[in-house]
Amino acid sequence: MSFSWPKSELSSDLTRKAIRQSVLESIHLAKSGHPGGSLSLVEILCAIFDGSFAHDQRNPEWKERDRFVLSKGHGVPALYAVYSQLGYFEANEMKGLRKLGHFLQGHPDRDKFKLMEASTGSLGQGVSVALGLALALRVQFERGDLKRLPRVYCIVGDGEMQEGQVWECLMAAGKYKAGNLIFVLDRNMGQIDGSTEEVMPLNPLDEKLRAFNLNVQTVDGHDTSALKKYFSAIEVTPNAKSHFLIANTVKGKGVSFMEHQAKWHGSAPDKDQLSKALIEILGHDSSNSPFGTLVG
Amino acid sequence: MADFYKNKIFDFAAKSKATRLSFGEELAKLGETNKSIVALDADLAKSTRTDLFAAKFPERFFDMGIAEANMIGTAAGMANAGMIPFCASFGCFLTGRFDQIRMSVSFTGANVRLVGTHSGVGIGEDGHSQMALEDLGLMRALPNMTVFQPADDSDTRNFIGWSLLNHGPCYLRLTRQNMPVIKTDESYKFQVGQWQVLSHFQADTKIVILASGGALPAAVEAADILSENIVGPIGIVNANWIQPIDAKYLTQVLGLKPKLVVTVEDHYRNGGLGSAVAEFFSGFENTPKLLRIGVEGFGQSGSPEDNYQHYGFTGPAISKKILSEL
Repeated sequence: MSFSWPKSELSSDLTRKAIRQSVLESIHLAKSGHPGGSLSLVEILCAIFDGSFAHDQRNPEWKERDRFVLSKGHGVPALYAVYSQLGYFEANEMKGLRKLGHFLQGHPDRDKFKLMEASTGSLGQGVSVALGLALALRVQFERGDLKRLPRVYCIVGDGEMQEGQVWECLMAAGKYKAGNLIFVLDRNMGQIDGSTEEVMPLNPLDEKLRAFNLNVQTVDGHDTSALKKYFSAIEVTPNAKSHFLIANTVKGKGVSFMEHQAKWHGSAPDKDQLSKALIEILGHDSSNSPFGTLVG
Repeated sequence: MADFYKNKIFDFAAKSKATRLSFGEELAKLGETNKSIVALDADLAKSTRTDLFAAKFPERFFDMGIAEANMIGTAAGMANAGMIPFCASFGCFLTGRFDQIRMSVSFTGANVRLVGTHSGVGIGEDGHSQMALEDLGLMRALPNMTVFQPADDSDTRNFIGWSLLNHGPCYLRLTRQNMPVIKTDESYKFQVGQWQVLSHFQADTKIVILASGGALPAAVEAADILSENIVGPIGIVNANWIQPIDAKYLTQVLGLKPKLVVTVEDHYRNGGLGSAVAEFFSGFENTPKLLRIGVEGFGQSGSPEDNYQHYGFTGPAISKKILSEL
């Protein structure tokens, strides 16, 4: 069997359904992975990569490209699906997720897949790499090595915000006014041991972030048009406050029995669960999926 | 012949210098021609001597505050954007952020130069908390990490120059204390994985001493004491490359069959140069006896001289240990 991406644009309803199917089927095939924190990311990723993100599929190493760092590395199946939809690799490569030697490793691996701007998976670290990218690109832009100032996008998880390194990084972002750095928080309220507010409370998060001299806004992280509006409205100037968007999301979004459930943080759906999930996402039996399937 | 090796090896007319200062001066010099160099520090610029670079190139210097984890990740990001970051702190604080080095630098293959100063008990009065004693072991465990410990000024500068031409993560381990200048032999060429031979072994050589970094002068002094009791020249090496080690030299040593090979380093006895040599020997049969001299137990406060006396990094202490093994 084979899978193919719909021709519609990345942030369309149809493409987002296809991304969710690809994510769930690839995790099912791998028999392990993180569906909850992948599904919560879909709209954020689609909004970033549908228009706001400067890149060139024919020249992936283009120096003036925007950079994307997934600091919450476990959500990477959603990112892989987006890159595939953008044409960086064939849709059926998703079958290789978490397989030995395959470039679609369980967490982003820059050594195996250069599109990953940082190897992540040990939480709290991608944010710093993103800051380093932003500062270095600004140096290069200001001395005329680059014609445009690339943006650096970094998605951080809310459980991840418990890592001290994140706050070290935000302190430094405030100091250096990296105006080309855009953090997006996948605020899905969940982590492995339960709710973030039970395990190690983060609230009042917006107040904390403002106190770190960041340009903070909050948005519904599943409202694609609101997200797109936010990203297109951002003004990227070299010496301004770094941006921090709190995107309120639902862990496991789109599959009722996965939503808000900590147990779906890191377990793969079996055949029946996958089939039920896809019926919810597609609105009908997955054997008639307009995109085909990765399974079988 | 008192001081034969000392005078053969060191140029005492030249001013001794801490390798951290050699680093700071060389970085500030190379910054003029290499615009990719950036430097990061964690509130220790005056001690690591990145202050010299900062004064000349403020737009390429980043004081990241007392937040080493973020500094290391930021350096990795800068490297991924094509810069060559030199990321400095005391060796213990830098390599103490092992997970950041493991993931963001090593696994990512980021072209970061980690510079750990204040290595070993030789730092003196500040005591254990400020002493890097396990850093070589930590860095050597990472498969793509080049690890280098220079013994003097030009050794330090040679490595920095080399590192600008070679891609991949590096760890450079430097001293707080001044190091005497090594006389350069015309035949010596600075090359990756090639130690600096200070006294060549011959057919009747019984002892080969491999010394690294701050402990080298004491090891040379030990050779002078030993020469009163031991027939034949003593082999002495500045074992500056910790990863990769000099496999070619060690293979020659195996062929020579000396009675004893000695490693001397201001680092825990386990994990550093001595362990690297033991690992190399483990692949062969009938290897010479290996004496690994390093720090045993934790460090403590005391003057650098008192510390070296206490932990056995003196000519008399090293020569006594060697004699007891023969």
